[in-house]
Amino acid sequence: MIALIVRDIRIGLRAGGGMLIGILFFLAVITVVPFGIGPDLNLLARIGPALLWIGALLAALLGLDRLFQADLEDGSLDLLILRRHDHAPALTVFAKCVAHWLTTGLPLVIVSPVLGLLMNMEPAAIGATTLTLLAGTPAITFIGATGAAVAVALPRGGLLVSVMVLPFVIPVLIFGVMAAYGAVEEPAPFTQPFLLLCALTLFFAVLGPLAAGAALKAAGD
Amino acid sequence: MSDTADIAKPGFFTGLANPTRFLGYSARLLPWLAAASAVLLVAGLFMAFSAPQDYQQGETVRIMYVHVPAAWLAMMGYMVMAVSALGTLIWRHPLADVSIKATAPIGAAFTFLALATGSLWGKPMWGTWWVWDARLTSVFVLFLMYLGVIALQRAMDDPVKAARPVAILVLIGTVNIPIIKFSVEWWNTLHQPASVIRLDGPTIHPSLLWPLLVMAFGFTFLFFTMHMVAMRTEIRRRRIASMRRAGAQENRTATNPILAKQGR
Repeated sequence: MIALIVRDIRIGLRAGGGMLIGILFFLAVITVVPFGIGPDLNLLARIGPALLWIGALLAALLGLDRLFQADLEDGSLDLLILRRHDHAPALTVFAKCVAHWLTTGLPLVIVSPVLGLLMNMEPAAIGATTLTLLAGTPAITFIGATGAAVAVALPRGGLLVSVMVLPFVIPVLIFGVMAAYGAVEEPAPFTQPFLLLCALTLFFAVLGPLAAGAALKAAGD
Repeated sequence: MSDTADIAKPGFFTGLANPTRFLGYSARLLPWLAAASAVLLVAGLFMAFSAPQDYQQGETVRIMYVHVPAAWLAMMGYMVMAVSALGTLIWRHPLADVSIKATAPIGAAFTFLALATGSLWGKPMWGTWWVWDARLTSVFVLFLMYLGVIALQRAMDDPVKAARPVAILVLIGTVNIPIIKFSVEWWNTLHQPASVIRLDGPTIHPSLLWPLLVMAFGFTFLFFTMHMVAMRTEIRRRRIASMRRAGAQENRTATNPILAKQGR
């Protein structure tokens, strides 16, 4: 499992990986916003956490279809699923999700404070948003793995994966943004939505790989 | 030998795995289902329009007789798909996949009906067409899930290959159903909590409850009538597709001398 994670990270860091594209897309979404709604710094600061979340969500969805595609093309996916005596398909998917998040999700979290500065956000808001993104983006990868596995055999699955996964990530977005605002605005609580966000991540960490493993097995039959 | 006896006498659902047998059964059942839904819907509509007005809501309470059954059926439709998905994944029942494909558009239509009537009801009562409260949002997510299932089915040419991925997607989406049901209790929402299906009995007055129940049964029968028609259509569509493929194969062999010589 560790070997698989290391291998996937190596592949992800090479030129073909989606890491840089994801960050650039995130940057593009955030830069477009001030042009769309006007450069009012107070307004930008107020809607900043929500925009960072939406941008990160879109960037994460964009990279999902690459999760199994490269391995399917060179045939190594079949080998990974066939090696069932080593570990169950769900564990294989889990390892691939961890590697995928480390190469595409974590960079988004790391650049989000910089983009927060662009949105004129306060330090507390930036910290809270980064923390909630750190806790929430793995959920997007885990549940997105199911969508990617279901659509793995399709030639142009990218948009379809986003459409299928979107309903499932809406709760993640709701609680993530709620917690980010809870840290800044006084009456709203921070701990409760943040814990619910963590619960969602753990829940999807079990459900996503199990379903994705079953879907990959079905696709291989 | 009990084993051979089991094989010789398959259960009812196993017997239905033969599409021709299913077409036979459903052809006999369909008129009765259609008649029952017509009678119940006519009676329900009559009762709905002759029911007393609500003392607060006036005439607009009649929207309830469409809105509530549609919302119930939106959830029941998803459960029908979920059970069919289990049928596909566990027993590999060939008709379970046909059932999912038939349910998805019908369920999406009922969900849309619930959302649209709810919006029409919300304007006079709440003063707004739409609010992002927990119940409305979760039902909207249900609508998106129906659309996702339909999109995935459409994306794959071969219905046999599409069956298992679609079933897995449907099962994952079942998580949303309890969220819809309990959204009005877990969060304080604008939408009212359940008033018919409760442990301590319905809190709605009998003069309003009876038309609602008749309408609900009428809608349920309508759902199963449409479901059965859609399943029969889908079975025939697949037959035509496979006949076309076989016909094309024959044509190719007949017109191409090289293939004909090879005996293919």
